[in-house]
Amino acid sequence: MSVLDFSYMAQLAPYLLTKLPITLGMASAGMLCALVLASLLAVIRVTRPPVLNQLTLLFISFFRGTPLLVQLFLFYYGLPQIFTSLVKVDGITATILGLTLHFSAYMAESIRAAIAGVDRSQTEAALSIGMTQGQLMRRIVLPQATRIAVPTLMNYFIDMIKSTSLAFTLGVTELMGATQKDASSSFMYFEAFLTVAIIYWVVVELLSRLQKMLEHRLNRAYAR
Amino acid sequence: MGSVQTTSSDIPMIELQRLNKWYGEFHVLRDIDLTVRKGERIVICGPSGSGKSTMIRCINHLEEHQAGDVIVNGITMTRDVKRVEQIRRHVGMVFQHFNLFPHLSVLDNCCLSPVWVKKTPRKKAVDTAMMYLERVKIADQAHKYPGQLSGGQQQRVAIARSLCMHPDVMLFDEPTSALDPEMIKEVLDVMIELAEEGMTMLCVTHEMGFARTVADRVIFMDEGQIIEENDPETFFNHPRSPRTRAFLGQILGH
Repeated sequence: MSVLDFSYMAQLAPYLLTKLPITLGMASAGMLCALVLASLLAVIRVTRPPVLNQLTLLFISFFRGTPLLVQLFLFYYGLPQIFTSLVKVDGITATILGLTLHFSAYMAESIRAAIAGVDRSQTEAALSIGMTQGQLMRRIVLPQATRIAVPTLMNYFIDMIKSTSLAFTLGVTELMGATQKDASSSFMYFEAFLTVAIIYWVVVELLSRLQKMLEHRLNRAYAR
Repeated sequence: MGSVQTTSSDIPMIELQRLNKWYGEFHVLRDIDLTVRKGERIVICGPSGSGKSTMIRCINHLEEHQAGDVIVNGITMTRDVKRVEQIRRHVGMVFQHFNLFPHLSVLDNCCLSPVWVKKTPRKKAVDTAMMYLERVKIADQAHKYPGQLSGGQQQRVAIARSLCMHPDVMLFDEPTSALDPEMIKEVLDVMIELAEEGMTMLCVTHEMGFARTVADRVIFMDEGQIIEENDPETFFNHPRSPRTRAFLGQILGH
């Protein structure tokens, strides 16, 4: 058993880092879209309009009930077969779409719970000073719900960053794809995957720090 | 505004006509008739569960009534959202648990509705807010958050927040019940001052000293009905109903 080839790892790391923007780009785009979609789904779950509520339940059930990888294959390989105009959907777009739908199903529930977690007395106070439902949502409920939801949503974002690695199965040369390619020509699998593991780990660790700062900021008003 | 006016006029500010409300099977308000004139100060008391809070919460539609009419400043309450909002802009409310917005500073608590609901320019809203915060003697805490204040301070901010909308009438729902004894006076003092300035007020409270000092009328409720109403002197010294006498005996502690 030979020791690790550190020089290979030192060589590989800078190259892999050039792929980091693709990974983070897909995760960020996915997160933004998922936040918008999840907020919409959450509002539907809170207000329960007749047909939309059932559709939303079905949507959440499907995207929570099937593996992300299956969903990605469905979008990338399956959809173009049915909708021929989608032939040109590239791996990156399919990944962002998959991440959005998959994670919005989870995030909708935590946003719904966060909205429900804002005390009813806040709504009454806002109504008593003449605010409309919209103003009350925008100025009172959502800001307080955000504080409740941030820790869970950041967890989903971290999960999403790691899930972008599945994009390599759709031929996207992101962090994981690049590692896989390099390893199969160098045969230094252990070094290659250890390197990429460390990169993911550091990125997530930095994000956790960011999360702490964000939470601290959101808790500022609650400090005594 | 600002002129001291202690006599009430004949203009009805609030009219409740044969007001009825049920929570499921429970008949919480039974044929309530009440007219409050402009400038009148009403204190409402009664045992818990007697419908006092529910009644005043019907006035700004935080509770919906099932029968009868609620008329505020000549406008009849309906379920129409626009009308409800319009009425609420003229009716201030102070809650037992203050209900300040914890994520906003004291100043922003006061400016929020003037800026977003009334579209008052921010600068003017701040000036008004500071004026009212000054009046409830808490202007020096304007940039703190509610969580950093004592209960009495928070309740005074809540009163200022309501006043910033320039309400025609103020509803107080047990404003001192959640306060430590030493903080009750600072809140009552603000309320007394407000009464002296001629504000129309409906206060659900068990502070009988306050009732004696400021009330034009004291109303006693039990089991969803108005049992007795009278001027404080008659109410406290010559209560008519045995239920009133029993209640007063309990809360006055003799």
